[in-house]
Amino acid sequence: MGKLKGLTSSSLFLPLVALAALLLFNIIFVDGFLHIEMTEDGMLYGRLIDILNRSSSLIILSLGMTFVIATSGIDISVGAVVAISSAVVCTLIGGRSDGAAETPMVLAMLAAVGAGVLCGAWNGILVAKFKIQAVVATLILMTAGRGVAQLMTSGQIITVYYKPFSYIGGSIPGNVLPTTIFIVVAMVLLVAFLMKKTSIGLFVQSVGINPTASRFAGINVTMVIFLVYAFSGLCAGVSGLIESSLIRAADANNAGLNMEMDAILAVALGGTLLSGGKFYIGGSVIGAITIQTLTTTMYAIGIASDQLPVIKAIAVIILCLIQSKRFQAMFNEWKNRRNSHKDLSMAEKAVDKV
Amino acid sequence: MNRKIKKLMNEAIASQYFSFFVTVILFIVLYGVGIMTYKGFVRPQVFFNLFIDNASLIIVTVGVTFTLLIGGIDLSVGAVVALCCMILAVLLEHTAIPFVLAVIGVLLLGIVFGAIQGYLITAFNMQPFIITLAGMFFCRGLTAVISRETISITNPMYVAIASERIDVFGLGFVSIGAGVALVTLIIAAILLKYTKIGRTIFAIGGNEGSASLMGLPVFKTKVLVYTISGFCAALGGVVYSWIMLSGYPLHGLGMEMDAIASSVIGGTLLTGGVGFIPGTLFGVLIQGVILTFITFQGTLSAWWTKIVVGALLCIFIIMQALITERKSKISSKSSMQVTENKAAETK
Repeated sequence: MGKLKGLTSSSLFLPLVALAALLLFNIIFVDGFLHIEMTEDGMLYGRLIDILNRSSSLIILSLGMTFVIATSGIDISVGAVVAISSAVVCTLIGGRSDGAAETPMVLAMLAAVGAGVLCGAWNGILVAKFKIQAVVATLILMTAGRGVAQLMTSGQIITVYYKPFSYIGGSIPGNVLPTTIFIVVAMVLLVAFLMKKTSIGLFVQSVGINPTASRFAGINVTMVIFLVYAFSGLCAGVSGLIESSLIRAADANNAGLNMEMDAILAVALGGTLLSGGKFYIGGSVIGAITIQTLTTTMYAIGIASDQLPVIKAIAVIILCLIQSKRFQAMFNEWKNRRNSHKDLSMAEKAVDKV
Repeated sequence: MNRKIKKLMNEAIASQYFSFFVTVILFIVLYGVGIMTYKGFVRPQVFFNLFIDNASLIIVTVGVTFTLLIGGIDLSVGAVVALCCMILAVLLEHTAIPFVLAVIGVLLLGIVFGAIQGYLITAFNMQPFIITLAGMFFCRGLTAVISRETISITNPMYVAIASERIDVFGLGFVSIGAGVALVTLIIAAILLKYTKIGRTIFAIGGNEGSASLMGLPVFKTKVLVYTISGFCAALGGVVYSWIMLSGYPLHGLGMEMDAIASSVIGGTLLTGGVGFIPGTLFGVLIQGVILTFITFQGTLSAWWTKIVVGALLCIFIIMQALITERKSKISSKSSMQVTENKAAETK
């Protein structure tokens, strides 16, 4: 019993159970879910691989979002930043139909990630320096950002015919697994390295729990908050690369649409409290995969992409309720009352018998 | 002399209505520039059109202002507008329900939705933005569940109301929606300024802890505020349907941002406790003028509005941050002076 309790109180318990339940549902109801085959050009192909591939950009986004939420902030501009980043990379490479690139692809990619960092830094300055609430500061970029992206692509969808560009979202020839998986592993390793070898994680956590106390303890709170938002921008920039490469185009209106919600959901599912403080990178990664599995499952049973938010919104509210201390207190009280009722009725029965 | 000007400046900045004055001056300047640049701008109808086109935004902004006043936020309003339009369209086109009942039903829906959001936020102490963000996705998704295609409203009575024109002193005309918006503004202004509820709202925005220690009904008022916001969003949705005469899942996209921006530009402090309903009106009108500029200019694209509004919002928010800092400096200085004076007196 004690062991079971230890297991259920682990931060990874909830996302893992949710993921397992979804996978089980898929295995039973979706035909050929576990089926993986090799295509002619030497790539692995199947639903599981597809989920991993598609969840890559969400995992990267939720990495950045985890840190932001850990400092008790929020970044709702990530979707728009994804649009900006994909607009930058596609405009720079250009939509030439002969398949040539106008700018070397590496430069274009760096510029796109740079644009993401710039957006993140802008959010960071507003939140850290001007002390504006995170929701509102990032709300500015959430709406204006898509306008900026449309300005770059002059309101059109730019389709890129340059072949190597599709390698980011697809796979490099001669490689079995999609490139995105390597990008994700690299990003997660980077974050894990920062957590293990530096004290950044500790700083972020202490700022989230109590910024004033952290300042008195000698932590540069402004800098920590700024860096956290800049990192979230970087993650959104990388996601933008993947998203645009998957469709080989920049669509300012739809790139990264509703992704901020998915990222927040992934972080919350991973056990990080939305009020800040302790955070779990591993939980967020598994949370992101769970959300993507949910999305793919919903598509598989025939729910349209614009109807999906209903289910996700309900999931968010339930997660928030579970996290809420007051709800826990109310739940415990209710349980106690029920138990005492039981005791009472049992006592009554006992009296009756006598 | 110099000192006098400085003192005046400090007083102006410390005034509660500083943002409001800046907004009104900005509006007049923008309108003046418009009159000088474009020939048609001087016609009174251009001014009335600002009200006709932005009627639903005005109503929605009033609701959002209430939530901002208690230091909360409501991101769901745009989606509620879309949901209301869609439900109205379905009820009027596919059922025989009289339109009055349909409108009342939609308004009730807004009230219930707002109350649920308010209850979740207050009872379980959850962050308002996360709940209302979920609310936004919920309503947007629900709209798409009802129909993914456009449903036009062709009910003759309804169309007649939507196209009804009220003459204003022979200078031009406004729509019924604009009238509803003005009535909402006036009721909200009175509610905030002269009633117990209004004062409680300001008190909660100033400091929730103190308000609760003073024995004010914090819980009830907070739920009420989100209920008002939900109701305003639904009413805005009804007015929006008079302009669009259709239901479509993407109606009112980004409206929450426009509403928050208008409210902030009109002088509402995002930290709560300070706000002014007439300022809200001017916040909306400034956005309307920018949009009119773009229409008159002809070659600029619509997304410029978003960029300009984003930039304006940003400037005003930074201004607020600076003012708050300045104010606390001024007040700390004056309190220090007072204590010094007292010390001198006792000596």
